[in-house]
Amino acid sequence: MGLTKNQIAKRIAQELQSGYYVNLGIGIPTLVANYVPEGIEIAFQSENGILGIGPFPMPGEEDPDLINAGKQTITPQLGASYFDSSISFGMIRGKHIDLTVLGAMEVSEQGDIANWKIPEKLVKGMGGAMDLVASSDNIIVAMMHTNPKGESKLRTECTLPLTGVRCVKRIVTDLAVLDVTKEGFLIKERAKGVDIEEIKRFTQGKLIIPDEIPEIQV
Amino acid sequence: MIRKKVDTVHEALEGIQSGMTLMLGGFGLCGIPENLIRALAESSHKDFCCISANAGVDDFGLGLLFGAQKVKKMIGSYVGENEEFERQMLAKEIEVILTPMGTLAEKCRAAQMGIPAFFTPAGYGTEVAEGKEIRKFNGKNYLLEMAYASDFSLVKAWKGDESGNLIFRGTARNFNPLMCGASTITVAEVEELVPTGSLDPNQIHTPGIFVDRIFQGSRYEKRIERRTVQNT
Repeated sequence: MGLTKNQIAKRIAQELQSGYYVNLGIGIPTLVANYVPEGIEIAFQSENGILGIGPFPMPGEEDPDLINAGKQTITPQLGASYFDSSISFGMIRGKHIDLTVLGAMEVSEQGDIANWKIPEKLVKGMGGAMDLVASSDNIIVAMMHTNPKGESKLRTECTLPLTGVRCVKRIVTDLAVLDVTKEGFLIKERAKGVDIEEIKRFTQGKLIIPDEIPEIQV
Repeated sequence: MIRKKVDTVHEALEGIQSGMTLMLGGFGLCGIPENLIRALAESSHKDFCCISANAGVDDFGLGLLFGAQKVKKMIGSYVGENEEFERQMLAKEIEVILTPMGTLAEKCRAAQMGIPAFFTPAGYGTEVAEGKEIRKFNGKNYLLEMAYASDFSLVKAWKGDESGNLIFRGTARNFNPLMCGASTITVAEVEELVPTGSLDPNQIHTPGIFVDRIFQGSRYEKRIERRTVQNT
């Protein structure tokens, strides 16, 4: 038994620190906003032009001029600001965003990430993902450890077209928390009830296994 | 006082021809020039190259242009949500160029600001970098990206005055200010057109120098793509 998608999000939320400006991708990363720890003051950025995303609107109060990058209706939090797309990506490219959380189809042991295109399948585009991974110093990937076919998403090399190279720092999956190091995927924590053999079986890239591996607390 | 006001959408689009390159503002269905898109879809012109972040949905936004077979080439960043567009893309009826969104924004801004090209790290090491000059600055690799060259910019603002000064609202700003002055002709449609002098100069987002024609739009639908509310 590994973590649920919500538990992955909850574990990533433990990485949030007061004062952080954070960009969350679509999918599991979006759920992180639901688990901001008590007393932590942060602002979420959305690349379509808002810093300081508040809760979803109450029914009847949706504003078509206020959406996030997933095109959902939103509200601003106190202190929010709006800006154009060039300023928005300037925040990203200029390294003003403290933490980027995004999903992935594959991550390599060098920290390469593939998350936008499957050859022979319909391609919708990379959106802001290439800009984000090319410029963020602190990138956490939220994903399941294996794809729907049961194949490892943590690989020696990505097999899918890349979104960015040598950029991912940490990965939180349903099985483990892993850091990308020069030597390979370093297991930092494991999900409750998941043993090392299971993580080994579902990791195609090189694993580094310390003697002591604490359980993920969520 | 310089006047930019025109009375109709048809006057606003005067000079547009088949085969031209157009920049269209908006992110998803938010902040799109609804009146200009409707008029283009109903016009006799076709074979446009469209530069826009997204491709709309089947029956609204840029989707109206795909539905009317008006587009030969689409330069965008994320083009899901539109079945007719997907059909034309898979049938190779349209050429599609996918671009990282920050790069797309900056290619518009560069055209607006008279900068022919710029370096960005987005796409280094990926297929986006193929055929592009790579240069290393301070140990990091960047791609050379060129400014767009475009005939018409079609943008939407919340308020504007008869001199072409624009104010945007919320996240409907997005690509609109970057496209103003980035083409040979810039046309702005606004929800509320006021006489020159009615807007506070401190509050102007885009100065009128970047706008050639402005008109008051009508019948704004402002459709929401993903209505999401709190659980109550």
